[in-house]
Parts: sequence; structure tokens; C-alpha cells
Amino acid sequence: MKYDKLEVVDLCVCVVNNKHANDQAQEKEILKGVNLEINSDEVHAIMGPNGSGKSTLAASIAGAPGYKVTSGDIILTVDGKTQSLVDLTADERARAGIFLAQQSPTAVDGITLSNFLRTAKTAIDGVAPNIRTWIKELYDTMELLKMDKSFASRPLNVGFSGGEKKRAEILQLEILRPKFAILDETDSGLDVDALKTVCDGINRAKTDAKFGALLITHYTHILDYIKPDFVHVFANGEIVQSGDSTLAKKLETSGYEQYTK
Amino acid sequence: MESALTDKQIISTLDEYKYDWKDEDVAGRSAKRGISEEVVRNISASKKEPKWMLELRLNGYELFCKAKDPDFGPFVDKTLEDFDYNNFKYYVPPLGEGISGSDSTSNWEDLPESIRSTYERLGIPDAEKKRLVAGVAAQYESEVVYKSIREDLAKLGVIFVDTETGMRDYEDLFREHFGSVVPGDDNKLASLNLAVWSGGSFVYIPKGVRVEIPLQAYFRMNTQNLGQFERTLIIADEGSDVHYIEGCTAPIYLENSLHSGVVEIVVKKNAKVRYSTIQNWSTNVFNLVTQRALVHEGAQMEWVDANIGSKVTCKYPTSVLVGAGARAETLSIALAGNSQMQDTGAKMIHLAKNTHSSIVSKSVSKNGGRTSYRGLIKISKGAAGSSSNVVCDALLVDNDSRTDTYPRNVVEEEDVLQGHEATVSKINDDQLFYLMSRGISEQEAMAMIVRGFIEPIAKELPMEYALELNRLIMLQMEGSVG
Ligand SMILES: Nc1ncnc2c1ncn2[C@@H]1O[C@H](COP(=O)(O)OP(=O)(O)O)[C@@H](O)[C@H]1O
Ligand SMILES: [Mg+2]
Repeated sequence: MKYDKLEVVDLCVCVVNNKHANDQAQEKEILKGVNLEINSDEVHAIMGPNGSGKSTLAASIAGAPGYKVTSGDIILTVDGKTQSLVDLTADERARAGIFLAQQSPTAVDGITLSNFLRTAKTAIDGVAPNIRTWIKELYDTMELLKMDKSFASRPLNVGFSGGEKKRAEILQLEILRPKFAILDETDSGLDVDALKTVCDGINRAKTDAKFGALLITHYTHILDYIKPDFVHVFANGEIVQSGDSTLAKKLETSGYEQYTK
Repeated sequence: MESALTDKQIISTLDEYKYDWKDEDVAGRSAKRGISEEVVRNISASKKEPKWMLELRLNGYELFCKAKDPDFGPFVDKTLEDFDYNNFKYYVPPLGEGISGSDSTSNWEDLPESIRSTYERLGIPDAEKKRLVAGVAAQYESEVVYKSIREDLAKLGVIFVDTETGMRDYEDLFREHFGSVVPGDDNKLASLNLAVWSGGSFVYIPKGVRVEIPLQAYFRMNTQNLGQFERTLIIADEGSDVHYIEGCTAPIYLENSLHSGVVEIVVKKNAKVRYSTIQNWSTNVFNLVTQRALVHEGAQMEWVDANIGSKVTCKYPTSVLVGAGARAETLSIALAGNSQMQDTGAKMIHLAKNTHSSIVSKSVSKNGGRTSYRGLIKISKGAAGSSSNVVCDALLVDNDSRTDTYPRNVVEEEDVLQGHEATVSKINDDQLFYLMSRGISEQEAMAMIVRGFIEPIAKELPMEYALELNRLIMLQMEGSVG
């Protein structure tokens, strides 16, 4: 098969604090030249101290508002077609194959989880899912994630606990089958059992869709379930060291101080 | 549960403001603009009315001349600046001078091609054929041109005719109630309506009769600068039950039109009336409407009021709870887009013991549009054991739009329960991004959020109307209305 690829090239990103002013003074540079290349079916873990810009990287790839690429590029190759994502809107990026599981997913009242998922599935596939198999697929996947069926008809993330929100994100991952999945601290705040359930879900989705994954985490625990091919250390808005899974173990004992000074 | 419609279905029906066609306009072109006693007399003569009605009209005209403009909201700020009573055509009989609603047909084939096709495009004959409605009244310009009622209901004594026929054929019943709910001196626009009223429905539901499927009235303004002043009277006798739905559209013109109807409803002991409006006038229409119900002992009144179109709407369906144990509920939806003002709300007047009212209002402003919730809860001395609850939520889609609330409470009784909650929220970037990050376009994401916001009210409408409402919201979000 042809390998899909997501490349981040010398990426510099500013956060725009005030959305109304085009005032340069309001902008603060967070990413200072990030380079990353992820092929399909690979797992890249990014570890690094709080505030180093990991979520900013995730948001920039997904096209969140308030982040401005000042230089560099984000290039996606899917089915042999290569395009820059920088000028695409978030929905265009999603339809091109990007998926972001947010660190703290937003609640949206009045839209049920199932209606949302069905609309999203339709948008991404270009056709509505078969009405007969759809409900079964949804419920089966929810069951595997140990989510009660009643969540399907609840408003999106409204009143969901931290762990329930994370499961709902992985439910979306499993159903939408992206080409590249960015999982921003999906493991944070989960107890041991929940972590295993969620990781099983990620692994199922990955086996199925063969997506490339970017796993942002503070803990090595998740890496016991999802084996990383590469581990990157992130500090002050850039990748300061890369290695294989043994690097994660080293970080566990040594911490990040050596990188932050 | 899964919503009845997928967004794909809704999107697939998208169109421009699809009601913007204009028919030939012979009647409208020859009509004169402006209001005078002569105009009032001519309307009455054209309808060959009894003298008592002409007298009521002349009294209405006198009251209109004396009355001051209402002293709130759009009437005092700049919104109604370019509103001029003499700019409208007060009477446009679409089928010719001297032909009134009493002459209306029950056979679509009898109508001139241009008028018939208008209703076909609006899907009215089709809904009738599919038995989604139990009766239809179609008003075009100043007169009802088509009316029908299901035979079995007619046999039970249900009356659903144009107001002119009501006046002629059911004079006693008509005179007993006409003007009893909205008196001629109620407000300047109600006085005007009394003077120049034309068309509307006259409905009578006999004791104990339950009409399970809605009666549908459809109002269409075709000509430019029209003033449409229909007058509707609904009498639900003891223990009866009816749902009346009105819909309204007009073509888009540069110059303004005026719609100023009056609706009077009498809900007798233990009866139940639901009155639903889906108002989708084009954005050159001033929609200044007076609607009121008298709710007797143990009876129930429900207003479902959706205002999506028009340039300026002032509309506060009112329930006067005159009998012990009476209940009323108003569900109000307002959507204001570019250059629109929706000044809407509800009034609840508690005059008897153990009466209960509830108002739920949801408004959406976008693209510089303005919504206002204006409400009155009055609990009079003697209305002990009564309760009222008001919830009004406003959603702002962008920073250019505006929303205000003007709740008023007058409570003269101690033993009452009152609740009031108001929220204003903005569609936030995080929500939009979250939906978009799953492949959903910005416009669809906004529409989903807006639909989700009004869903609690939309679900009270029959399926076809909920569908229509959804579609109108999509259109609004697209910014193609008006
Ligand atoms: N919208 C924003 N406005 C202002 N500062 C921001 C914004 N988003 C992130 N930042 C700042 O950027 C830095 C990186 O944040 P983040 O990417 O969330 O780090 P991490 O995910 O590694 O903890 C922090 O200093 C944070 O305060
Ligand atoms: Mg973070």
C-alpha cells in the first residue's frame, strides 16, 4: 500500500490573544520551528513539560482559531495527493484525514452525541452512513468503550465527567477512521481501568484505520499499551530530542529539567 | 433520541428565500394608498356588510385617529422610522372589487392560475391531500380565496370559514365574541385593524369535539406596499380541543408592507387551544400583531410562536386567565438576521384562582440582527394559588448582533409562585472549532448549534412544521433570507 504522510516543517506559530485586533503586539510566539514526520501506522509520542507548546502544536495541525502560522508548513499526503494544510479550515483538514482528540473537549448543548457523530461521519465520508448498520455500529463501539447507550442521546459532552469525555473522543476516533490522529493527553485523569479501556479503543481504531498517531502525554503508562515507534521531547516550543521508546523510560527517571534550564 | 432529520436532508433542500416570487398584480396596481374614512366606508361597501359592522369600523377609525402610537421598543427607537400609515394599500381584493372571502371557493381549480400556483408552490393543496391538515384557509392579499374543512368535522358542527362568512352566516355567535377579547381601543394598531379588517378565519369547535389534526391558515401578500389586516376569531366550546396553525410569506420588495392582524380566541371551560405561528414574511414587512386569548375555568391555551421573517415584528401573544384553574403556555422562537428586529414575547394576565402560566422564549440574533424579549406577568388581587414561570434564553451568533430583555411583573396577590430565568450566550469559537474539527462546515456547525438551541420548542410542532422551521433556520444561517 501507498504510505500516507504528515509532515511538520520548521513550523513557527503565534497565539493571537485578541481576535479583534490585528495588533502584532498581541501575538506571542509559541512554536519555534517544529519538525516532525509521521507515516501511516506509526506512533509518535511527544512528551514535555507543561506550557512547552504541545497543545499548541496539536491545535495548529488541526486548524484551531487563534493560532497563526508565521513560517514553516504542515504538509499532508494521502493516497498520493500532497497538500499544505496551513490555509485550509478545520473542517477541510478533518475531511482530508486529520483527527484531534482535544485535551479538554468542549461541551455543546442541544446536539446529541449520536446526531453529532452521524453528521460528522456524513461530512467525512461524503455519504450518510447506512441507517440500518449505523445504530448497531455506534452501540457496539460504545459497548466496547464501556459507555452506556444513554450517552448517545445526551447533549455532546454536557455534564460528562473527564473520563466520559475521553471515551467519547475515542468513540469518534473509532467511528471516523482518520488518516492521522493527534491525541492530546487522552490519558490524563483516567484511572487504571479507564486507561486500559481507552487504549484498547485506540488500538482497535489503529488496527482498523492504520492511521499515524501523535500521542501527547506526560506519563509513560499509556506507552505500555500503545507502543511508540518514536519518542520526542518537547520544550520551549520545539523538539529538543528524539529517540525510540527507551527515551520515554529515561525521561521517567530524569525528568525534563535538563531540557528547560 | 436521534433527530427526525439528518442535517444532510435539511441541507439538500436548501434554496434562496424560496418564497420570493411575484404573481401578476392587477388588483394591487389599481389600489390606492393611504387611510381615510372613505377607505373604511369603501371596504365595508365592497363587502356588502350589515350596518352594525360599518359602525364598528367607523368607531375603530375614530379610535385610530385619536390614539397615540405605542410607547415602547420599535415605536420609540429608530426602528420604525420609515413607517408611515399612509404608505400602504388598505384593501386589495385579489379577485376584484366586490368579491370577498364569502365568495371563496373550496376547489383549487376555480382559482386563477397565478394564485393557484402560488399555493401549489407553498405545498398547501398537497398537505391537504395527504390529510396533514384537517382544514385550510388561504388568504391572498386582503381576502380569503380558498377554504375547506374535512367533511366529518363539518358534520360534527366544526366551523372553519373566512371571517366575512362567519359574520354573515353565524351572526349571533359572531357578534357575541367579535371584539370581546381585543377591544377596539386596545392599542392603535388594533383600532386600525377594527376599521379596515379584511379576511382571517372564523373558527368554532362545538362542545366536546376534538380536532386531532391541525387547521391551517396561510397568509400571502403579493403586491407591494400592501397592508394586510386579517381578523381571526376562534371559539373553542366547552371541553373541545383544536390546533390552529398560521403560516405567512411574501415576495421581497424594496418598499415596505404592513401586516397587522388581530387574533381573538375564546377558550371555554375545560377546552384546549393551541395556536402556532410560523412567520416568515420577507424582510420588507412590518409585522405588528395583536393576539389574545380568554382562558376560562380549567381550560388551556398554548401559543407556539416562531418569528423568523419580517423587517420589524412586535408581537406578544397574550393569555388572560379568567377562570379558576386555567393554564397558559407560550413557546416563543425569534430569529433576527441582518436589519431585522424581532420584538417578541408574551403576556400572562392571571385574574382567577389557581391559574398557571409558563413562558419559554428563545431568540437568536445574527449578522447585526436584534431581538428583544418583552413580557408581562400580571397576577391580580384574587388570583391566589397561582404560579408563573418565565425562561428566556438568547443566543448571539456574532458580535454585531444584539439582544435585550424587558420583563415586567405586576403582582397584587401574596400567595403566588413566580420564577424567572434569563440567559444570554454566544456561539463560541471553541464549540465551532470542535464541530468543524470533525469535518462539519462552519455554516452547518452554526446551524446545528442554533437548531440545538431552539430544539426544545421546535419539537412541539408537528413533524412537517418542525421540518419547515429547521429549513428556515438553515436558510437564515446561510444569510440568504432577505
Ligand atoms: N490562546 C492562547 N492565548 C494565550 N496564550 C496561549 C494560548 N494558548 C496557549 N498559550 C500559551 O502558550 C504556551 C503553550 O501552551 P500549550 O500549548 O497549551 O502547552 P502544553 O500543551 O505543552 O502544556 C503557554 O504558555 C500558554 O499559556
Ligand atoms: Mg496541553
